[in-house]
Amino acid sequence: MSAPLLPALLGRFRWDALPFVRAWENPNANELIAAGAGALVVAGALFMVVLITRLGRWRWLWTEWLTSLDHKKIGIMYIVIALVMLARALIEANLMRLQQAVAIGNPGLVAPEHFAELFSTHGSIMIFFMAMPFLTGLINYLVPLQIGARDVAYPLLNAIGLWLTAAGAGLMMAPLVIGRFSTGGWSGYPPFTEIGFNPGVGPDYWIWAITLGSIASTLAGINIAVTIYKMRCPGMTLMRMPLFAWTSLCTAILMIFAMPPLTVATALLALDRYLDFHFFTNALGGNMMHYANLFWMFGHPEVYIVILPAFGIYSEVVSTFSSKELYGYNSLVIATMAIAVLSFTVWLHHFFTMGQSPSLNAVFGIATMAIGVPTGVKIYNWIWTMFRGEVRFTTPMCYALAFMMTFVLGGLTGIILAFPPLDYIVHNTLFLVAHFHNMLISGTLYGLLAAYTFWFPKAFGFRLDERWGKISCACWVIGFYLAFMPLYVLGAAGMARRTPAVMETAYRPWLYAAEVGALVLFCGFVALLVQLWVSLRNRAATRVFAGDPWDGRALEWSIAAPPPEYNFARLPQVDQRHWFFDAKRKGAPYAPPARYEDIQMPKNSAVAPIIGIASTAAGFALVWHMWWLAILGVLAVVATVITRSFARDTHRLIPASAVERMERTWLDAVARARPIPREMETTPANAGLAEVHP
Amino acid sequence: MKRSGEGARAVRPGAALLGLPLLLGGCEALKLGVVNHAGPVAADQWHLFLQLALVLIFVAGPVFILVPLFAWHYRLSNRDDAYRPNWGFSWPLELLIWIPPAAIVIGLGVLLWNATHRLDPYRPLASNQPPLEVQVVALDWKWLFIYPKEGIATVNRLAIPVGRPVHLSLTSGTVMQSLLIPQLAGQIYAMAGMRTHLHLAASRAGVFRGQNTQFNGKGFQNQKFDVVALPPADYRRWLGQVRAVRRPLDDKTLAAITARSIAPQPALFSSVPPGLFEHLMIASTQGQAH
Repeated sequence: MSAPLLPALLGRFRWDALPFVRAWENPNANELIAAGAGALVVAGALFMVVLITRLGRWRWLWTEWLTSLDHKKIGIMYIVIALVMLARALIEANLMRLQQAVAIGNPGLVAPEHFAELFSTHGSIMIFFMAMPFLTGLINYLVPLQIGARDVAYPLLNAIGLWLTAAGAGLMMAPLVIGRFSTGGWSGYPPFTEIGFNPGVGPDYWIWAITLGSIASTLAGINIAVTIYKMRCPGMTLMRMPLFAWTSLCTAILMIFAMPPLTVATALLALDRYLDFHFFTNALGGNMMHYANLFWMFGHPEVYIVILPAFGIYSEVVSTFSSKELYGYNSLVIATMAIAVLSFTVWLHHFFTMGQSPSLNAVFGIATMAIGVPTGVKIYNWIWTMFRGEVRFTTPMCYALAFMMTFVLGGLTGIILAFPPLDYIVHNTLFLVAHFHNMLISGTLYGLLAAYTFWFPKAFGFRLDERWGKISCACWVIGFYLAFMPLYVLGAAGMARRTPAVMETAYRPWLYAAEVGALVLFCGFVALLVQLWVSLRNRAATRVFAGDPWDGRALEWSIAAPPPEYNFARLPQVDQRHWFFDAKRKGAPYAPPARYEDIQMPKNSAVAPIIGIASTAAGFALVWHMWWLAILGVLAVVATVITRSFARDTHRLIPASAVERMERTWLDAVARARPIPREMETTPANAGLAEVHP
Repeated sequence: MKRSGEGARAVRPGAALLGLPLLLGGCEALKLGVVNHAGPVAADQWHLFLQLALVLIFVAGPVFILVPLFAWHYRLSNRDDAYRPNWGFSWPLELLIWIPPAAIVIGLGVLLWNATHRLDPYRPLASNQPPLEVQVVALDWKWLFIYPKEGIATVNRLAIPVGRPVHLSLTSGTVMQSLLIPQLAGQIYAMAGMRTHLHLAASRAGVFRGQNTQFNGKGFQNQKFDVVALPPADYRRWLGQVRAVRRPLDDKTLAAITARSIAPQPALFSSVPPGLFEHLMIASTQGQAH
């Protein structure tokens, strides 16, 4: 059972790489949980295959979605990946909390190394395959609409980014069924992840999944930045862009500069592991401090990569649902830029405890605190946006309010951690875990969920159920406090993070509370699924085809919901920041163009899916040392790129007549729709035409 | 009125749930941490924490008050107040939201600079006694403490005299680890081939929990040790007891300790080869490919 099988063909694969075999040989709780998770993945995949076959939707899936270069569809596919990965990482979080709650003075349910796999996948997934795809998806969907563009700058590159992300996500899922994942945490610190201490396949899975994800994010960053610089509609100066477009631009710049250090760090670690280099080893001149520097040179800006778009989302949400112009637009732009720049000056605070000089630690501590100033300014901008407005407590607004209160708490604990002498006490404890969840859940996750609720009607043409949205929001908020406030206490009491079993019985009540909180958070996710189900069932009653259900301000609300493939029949001519909003007040926001024109859009392409599948195969083969498959996969990628470079016929025309037909249908619907006052925006009366009210 | 009644009802179960851990005696946990400090370093860190917390209450206070206040007062159904949809800028407000936060950060920066230098783990503690030198080697999954001047060593037990400063020199025989004794001092990493330092002292007798906080594999959760702070006379007696066990740390025992394993209980060694710490520090960077 434990000898490699056909090494030339299957590399280092052995039968006991399968969790099912391990569970059969040794049926204890730990192995049964692992086999159950593997079975769930296999069953889920089979279910999807059978379902699509039964519905006869393979061709449709391929031509309408998988090969599409439409930025809107790519954005939605990114978010689908993010939601699937969120489900997995949440289940893992619950399992970890359950383990710590039961493993007080005993080994508990899962073995220590299995627990280590859980926290490693949980962190890697939440950052690289939940937060990143979710926000990249939102940016992809929204930015071209907000800046009045028909497409992104590089549609094919965009699709390749999506497929590389999917490839990375695939490599995160694979170890559930074949092999084991890394036990080195989401940061994968050597020398623990070096071959001498960790000879298994786990760290290799981590390396290749993260490498694919980081390359995808670099590509996405380049595409977003160029799109914003080059594709804005006439009159859309930078200072007229909605705040979400601004934060997307800053995020894109951060991605371009912050992702390559990560790619380099994982590549060097791969060289150590595969070719006996010694960058980060203990012996022969290696030094893991280089890894710490490279990783956090990425890792700290990453925090702002995932949080800045959420700031943009809150700006849109707070302004729209306070029925008011955003307070201090210029301040918000300056603060966003300041955060983006400062985020590159603080990475050393991740290793205050490695013995640097106090002056160096102090400089980085002060730089870290300095980020609090622009962040605080932003919070106050949103507060003053509500001032003398008309606040509507819709689901996205509830997320925004919960965010403002909760995020401030995270900021306070962040200042505590920025003080090196205090960091010494709580570094590597649950206090730190509580702090970054405080920032990432209230900052990023609430923002993403607010955006999901806010823009869902734009993307799919019908509104989400408000009641289930509120239930879900309440669960995410209450669950967060229950799950993470106890961790602050436990951290202050000296409980180390990543502990699979607990010796101190005094920790028990707090661990129980945290476990309940994790369950409530999971209920928040279930409520989201129920909301989607209920909304799908009621969609006939909640259609908002006219496209503007919340009296929106930016350009994306000026077109049909869902938008046509070409976004804008005629590119808008913008003369001020709130062009569409102002047009609604003045009278003719929906004037048809004098003449419709042919519109050129990119043709579907199989290049991206082929690259995605080939890189998944190559990554998987590298993990298992199946060299023939690795070479084949890399060659397939190169060959696809070369072949594509000869393709000339990459565009298709949408004839003016088709554009006219689609636009007429929409304009007729707008003409028939009853303008809806703000009080009634969550009722079935809302067909997407907002009542103009000065 | 009806609405606020509903709100209160919704809040009650939540509050009860939050209060539950406290009722169950949750404060016991904090006794294991810096709150219950037992030495000058941890005490100073705790006081710094209190100072900072006091300032931060004033930083966060306005947000906690204004967010619910504005959201509720300017709700759609309240028609009492002027609605100014196009108001979006005011110089006095701008100055108010930029200058005070910047001033607070500058003030905290001064505090941070001083505290970071005062509490630098490499800085010897002021005392009229010479510090007790202890060399610490992080191993999988145990801690080896060498007392070079006393010529003894222990595994997973660090005995120190109350009132006398202790100087720890740390290295790792394997992967990166981090040593934390929350009631005595903050943590510092132990890394192969490198030497880090930590100064601490105990101001009262007692047993304090020390641990590795940097995950290093299977036995991580068991890599804990007791710091036993003894009155000077008891400490001298303890040294005598260790010497009396007549169990030298020879090559065979050392090989057993450096192998990956969990130590079921603390061990005491009556003598150590000289230069063992330096030997282990160099050994971890030579020969082996990892």
